[in-house]
This record gives sequence, C-alpha cells and structure tokens, in this order.
Amino acid sequence: MTAWRAAPHAPASDAALAAAVREETARIVAALNRSFGSLDVAEEATAGAVEEALVEWRRRGVPPRPGAWLMTAARRNALDLVRRSRRYREVLRRAAPAVPTLPRSAEPDERIPLLFGCCHPSLSPEAQLALTLRAVLGVSTAQIARATLEPSATVGQRISRAKRKIGAAGVPIRIPAGPARTARLDPVLATIAVMYDSAHLRAESSAEAHRDLADDALWLARALSVSLPDEPEVHGLRALLLLHRAREPARSVAGELVPLPLQDRARWDDALVRAGREALERAAEVRRPGRWQLHAAIAACHADAARQDDTDWAQIVVLYDLLLAVDSSPIVRLNRAVAVAETGGVGAALTEVEALAPRLDGYRLWHAVRAELLRRAGRSAEARTAVRSARELADNEAERRLLASRLGPE
Amino acid sequence: MKYVLMFASDPELDSAVPETRAQADLQRILEWHEANAAAVLEGGAALHPVETATTVRADDPGPVVVDGPFTEAKEVIGGFTLIDVPDLDAAIALARSWPLLDLPGNSVEIRPMFDDEELFAQ
Repeated sequence: MTAWRAAPHAPASDAALAAAVREETARIVAALNRSFGSLDVAEEATAGAVEEALVEWRRRGVPPRPGAWLMTAARRNALDLVRRSRRYREVLRRAAPAVPTLPRSAEPDERIPLLFGCCHPSLSPEAQLALTLRAVLGVSTAQIARATLEPSATVGQRISRAKRKIGAAGVPIRIPAGPARTARLDPVLATIAVMYDSAHLRAESSAEAHRDLADDALWLARALSVSLPDEPEVHGLRALLLLHRAREPARSVAGELVPLPLQDRARWDDALVRAGREALERAAEVRRPGRWQLHAAIAACHADAARQDDTDWAQIVVLYDLLLAVDSSPIVRLNRAVAVAETGGVGAALTEVEALAPRLDGYRLWHAVRAELLRRAGRSAEARTAVRSARELADNEAERRLLASRLGPE
Repeated sequence: MKYVLMFASDPELDSAVPETRAQADLQRILEWHEANAAAVLEGGAALHPVETATTVRADDPGPVVVDGPFTEAKEVIGGFTLIDVPDLDAAIALARSWPLLDLPGNSVEIRPMFDDEELFAQ
C-alpha cells in the first residue's frame, strides 16, 4: 500500500482519504468478511481500494460519498480476488446475491466485532497489534513497520499469517457474549494501549512525528466505550489515554522530550484532562475496579497537581499498591519505586529498583530511574554510569538527547 | 468447523499419578465424551504410552525404522478427539472443560481440520 496518510505537502484529497480510511476501513472489511467469509479477501480488497482511491481522488477530486466509493471499489476487488481462486467458487455463489452495503451509524458498530477477532487470544500480541492496525484502521504495512521498529517484510508476513489463521482456525469475528467477554477484553485493551505507546516510542529524531497512531488508539478506545458502555475497563483505558494525550503539548517541545517533573503544566490540554476525568468517573460508576482504571487514577493524580511539588505521592503509592495486586509487572514495580522515592523513601526505592535488575537490565528507563535515585542518595559516580547505560539503550534520538542533557558536559 | 483436540501430558508427571486416580480420570474422560456427544465426531482414540511408539523416518537412501516417538518433546500426545463446533471460541470452551486440565503438565492442542473442499482447492 502506498503512503496515503496525508503528508504535509500532499494534495487535499489525501487528507480526505486518510479520514475516510480511518472512519470506514473496519466497516468495509467487516461487511466484506461477512459476505465472502474470508478476512484475508476482505482486507486485501479494502487495501486495494485505498490504493485506487489515492490515484483516482487526486485526479478527479474527492467523491461526494467517500465511504460508498471505497465500499464499491473494495467489493469489486473482492469479487476479482475470489474469481481468481478456485477455492472460493462456492463462497462466491453464496455471496453473489447479497450486495454488502455500509451500515448506517445508527446500526451496531461493526468495527468492534472485527476488533475482537483481530485481538483473539489465539494470535500473538504482536500479530494482534499488526492486524488491528491493518484491518481495523487501514494503516499500511510500511507504517506499522515504522511504528514497531521492525522490517516491513516481517510485519507483512505476520499479518498474512494472522489473516490465514483467522480463516483456517475459525476465529469468530464477533463480540464475545456472557462472562467470557470481560476476559476477552484484556488483549483488546492491551493492543490499544500498545498502539498508543508505539506512537511515542518510534526511533525518529522528532518527538512530534507519528502522532496519528496515538489518535487512532484514542479513536478506537472511544468507539469501544460507545459500544460497550458497561465495561469499566474500557472507560478506564480511554481515561488513561486522554490524560496522557493532554500532556502531549508539554511532553514534546520543539522535538525535545520533556519528562513529567519538568513539564510546563500550563501547557496541558484542559479539555482532554476534563474528558479523561469524566471517563474515569463513568468507569467508577460500575464499581468494578481494574488495571486500566488504576493506571488512569494515577494519571489523574498528576493532573490534579497544578505543580509537580503539589503531587499527592502518598495517594499514588496507595494506587500502585492496588495496581500491583492485578498487575505485578516489573514496569509497575519500577513506577511504584519512583513514587516511593518521592514520599521520602529513596533508600527503599533504590532497594526495590536494584531487585528488578535481572528483569529490567535491558530497559533504558530502569537505568534512568536508578541513576536519579543514586544521585539523590549521593552516589554520583554510580549515577553517571547508570545514565550512560540508559543513553546507550535509548532507541529514540529525542530521548537520547534528554538523557545526554542529564549527563551534563563530560 | 471440524477440529482435532490433541491431549498432551508429561509422562514423568503421569507416572506419579496413583492408580486409583488414573481409574477415576478414565471415568471422567468417558463422562466428558458422553456430555459432549453432540459435538464429538467418530474417529477419536486413546493411545498406548509413548514407549510403545515406533517411527519410520525419511533418510538417505531410504526410510529407516527407529524406536520411540518422532520428537524428543517433554509433552506427548496421549489421545485425540475429533469435534464439530461452530468456531474456535466453541472449540476453546470445549477444550477448557477437558477434565485432565486440573493436573499439572496437561494441555489440549486445538487444530482445525481441512475440509475436503479446501483440500482439493489447494
């Protein structure tokens, strides 16, 4: 697929196409999957339609109904694909009479069953992410590869295998019913969270590039919260992403990453903070706490503090303790140690951080946190060594510069 | 869709299971098949222990016969059952209910089967 996502100097039709792709891809893929019984065909056909649109819309202008244009082109491609394959002759006979149409927005959101299919636990987390980006959001293989820092061929192969598995293994494209649904939400929410993070972790010199994967993640979280209003963790994740998004203007300034303690909080986006708080309140109404709600509650604590010094670290430590009960990952323990240090327990925090060495030795932020704690403990020589380790592990130029500025002149 | 459920276990852990427990397990397996008769197809089998396996393997200039199973994996297949259910979620639900999953080392592998139409279209 060509790079259709609107580049700065691209024609106006590219921007219209980018919007249509995000809005319509999942609906088209879901509709074709229903008609043709193959996610593989549905996805190929839709990707082909987007490529045609890139050329056609530049030449003839944006059609009056972009979604319908893409649907028609995708359906034609699907029929072509199926005709070429003997295997689908039977499928074609079944599919031919039913002309798939785009459901109106009043109908149940077709994107969500597709999202559950793409995030089925029978697929690896990497495959879930790649397939969701591709089939639900229409992100090109090349762009996914840039976001996940992998070769394009690897990502392409992963997507083809996942699509084949969905077809061959009979992975259902639907929202799971009953008590299974809450458990099946876990990989869906994790995929959306990783999608948001991957927008922040790309190895590019500018901290501002690639913002749209974060937007895509927010967009999916919103669609999911509309579709499943009774699932508190969906609101919890959405709250977390909104609260993080709110910091973006202060987090990345002129291509440089600014860590939370140094951020100019006046630059935080109030509207996003409010939206994040509202989402968190909606989650709390259900009275079923969980991992994402706790993460969001921690982010809300930061948002409550007008200045870094006003942060209620004791409350944050309490929230981390609750979080540890449901998510005892080393990253959570590392972040808890940071909060513990802020409440005055530098020694305790350092002990905890050292205990995480076997698991986080290859993680740049572990070295960065350790460096800061060593500095506060007055062990400056060790602190400098730790900063150097962190810098060597940084895979992002902006982050490397941030760590370099902390090292000071050598 | 048709799937094969392959039941694997760790022979070392199996040998530690007392005889009375093994008898009770056999009963639970029979009951499981009765309870799920609507989904279970003909053709499943329980297999003799892995020490009874003989393997014929490709070699140069021709196949050779070797004793033992074809892999050195820790887990071995003790039997399999063919099922016909609507989709993978239904197959997973059935596999989850496999009575021996309360014993350590046991697992159920779910493999979709080609249907004839798929196979001949390859």
